[in-house]
Amino acid sequence: MTVPDTSLASASVPEMNPAPARALVLWRRFRRNRAALLGLILFAIVVLMAAFADVVTPGDPLRNAGPPLTAPLVLSANPLGTDQLGRDVMAGIFHGARISLMIGVVATLISIVIGIVIGAVAGYFGGKIDGALMRVTEAFQTIPSFILLLTLVAILGSSIRNIVIAIGIVSWTAPARMVRAEFMSLRKREFVDAARNLGVSDVSIIFREILPNALPPVIVFASVVMATSILMESALAFLGLGDPNFASWGNMIGQGRAVLRTAWFCSVIPGIAILLTVLSFSLMGEGLNDALNPRQRK
Amino acid sequence: MSLPVPPLLAYAARRVVQAIPIIILIMIGSFLLIKLAPGDTVDALVGDMGGADPAFVARLRAEYGLDQSVMVQLWRYMLKLAQFDFGWSYVYEQPVITVLTSRIGNTMLLMVSSLAVAFTFGVALGAIAARRAYSWTDNMISTLGLVFYAMPSFFLSLLLILIFSVKLGWLPVGGIRTIGAFKTGWADVADVARHLVMPTAALSLIYLAFYMRLMRTSVLEVMDLDFVRTARAKGAGGARLMFHHVMRNALLPVVTLLGLQFSTVLGGSVIVETIFSLPGIGQLAYTSVVKRDLNTLMGIIAISSVIVVIVNVVTDLVYAWLDPRIELK
Repeated sequence: MTVPDTSLASASVPEMNPAPARALVLWRRFRRNRAALLGLILFAIVVLMAAFADVVTPGDPLRNAGPPLTAPLVLSANPLGTDQLGRDVMAGIFHGARISLMIGVVATLISIVIGIVIGAVAGYFGGKIDGALMRVTEAFQTIPSFILLLTLVAILGSSIRNIVIAIGIVSWTAPARMVRAEFMSLRKREFVDAARNLGVSDVSIIFREILPNALPPVIVFASVVMATSILMESALAFLGLGDPNFASWGNMIGQGRAVLRTAWFCSVIPGIAILLTVLSFSLMGEGLNDALNPRQRK
Repeated sequence: MSLPVPPLLAYAARRVVQAIPIIILIMIGSFLLIKLAPGDTVDALVGDMGGADPAFVARLRAEYGLDQSVMVQLWRYMLKLAQFDFGWSYVYEQPVITVLTSRIGNTMLLMVSSLAVAFTFGVALGAIAARRAYSWTDNMISTLGLVFYAMPSFFLSLLLILIFSVKLGWLPVGGIRTIGAFKTGWADVADVARHLVMPTAALSLIYLAFYMRLMRTSVLEVMDLDFVRTARAKGAGGARLMFHHVMRNALLPVVTLLGLQFSTVLGGSVIVETIFSLPGIGQLAYTSVVKRDLNTLMGIIAISSVIVVIVNVVTDLVYAWLDPRIELK
């Protein structure tokens, strides 16, 4: 009994750490793409802003912090100026980064999880289950997502928790279709047959055998979902339908609209913040995609 | 004995039949949403009256069918929706369908103009970028596309207002017509067009970026195909090769995306119409949320779903017509 054991052990040694090696290869390919690197740097800046919001701009970002409508680069206490209520724009940008990232991450997780479950079940089982689930997906895609989002927020109320859930609910369809397509092509593979013949349960096959193989394109797509989630939240906040208890870039732009003629910086600065954040996600997503499919690129 | 039905017509009919379960699902969904909302019609009415005795409330509930079982209520609700009866708007004091029909024209105008601009410029710029792939022009166009894609429409709208209305004074800040001008004929058309320039630009830019990127990839793919090499070998060059051989084929995925995205564009109209105070469906959706006018909101969901379904069927037909390889079965 010892012989097969040792041979197994020695055979598995070279495969002990394929994951870090693969990650390293991916990182090398990713690093070669200058645009993707720029995206990563922009993203890192946003993360740092969110992490050090309380250090750089301590206190409540919604409090009166200086004379109203101070232009940027005039007062050292308010380097990016203040809005019509004397709220510091820089504090709003730093604390807004937190809300945007938090909403982006949580809403993306919700939508990806719903998408994976529905897409996996539809793609794995096929037939009538697939038909029914795809009709539901199409119904969700038919209703304009922003109008559905407004309706959900109107019904559930606009606390930050409900907004995140609502954004997750309106954006799971694209990941679901993606996962379904992957599952449909993977479920016929030999390793799935092998697992099934060994008596592995459907749930186990779906989540342990197929899902890890279906995941890479979904992870790339998550960057797109993250960008649209952030855009949706800021659009809601812009319309004044966000959670009023938190500083949000969209809300700052919405409030700045009233003083657009005299103090354009109140809406332009947070606008640029959203623009660069979303840009960072698109650049990183593209770089990740190129790194995962090096042959696609010429 | 059966009459020969043109295959395209039969295909259209089949697509319409396929859309029915989706419409039914949306009806059930909107019914569930109404049930999820706190309070019902009678609560709203009684609240409006400033309270009433319980017997009267019970009679009202019976009158509105709210004492029936959920299934009966759902059935009645769906019957009403199928007749485009979306109930009464307590904000506008009109049937919801009247409010909707008076505004749908403006929204459709904005949709058509935005998609036309996005499609035309997206396709043109994408084709140019692909022809000069990896050159300075291509990099320039592709970078611009990324920025357009990341630009939130509300931010872009404000920038446009800031530049073209506040600073330069060229374009009106909002509305669909100059108030009190009462222009007629071509003067009226020109007036509406002037009011639509900024909303169209704000709504179309992000989709322009989408179509541009897709067109660029698609043209690059098609240019590698054998038939293009054959055409080139036979002496087709420059413009003829591009327009006659490449573009026609490269357009197919862009057309698909156009249909798929119609619903997103309709959602985007909420923001743009609200900013530019265009009296359309999108602005109506916003005011309905602010004023808690649930009947109108549900009417908007229903009507926009029907529009999206129609647009999707039409796109499929256009696609089938463009690509003869598709079998109409």
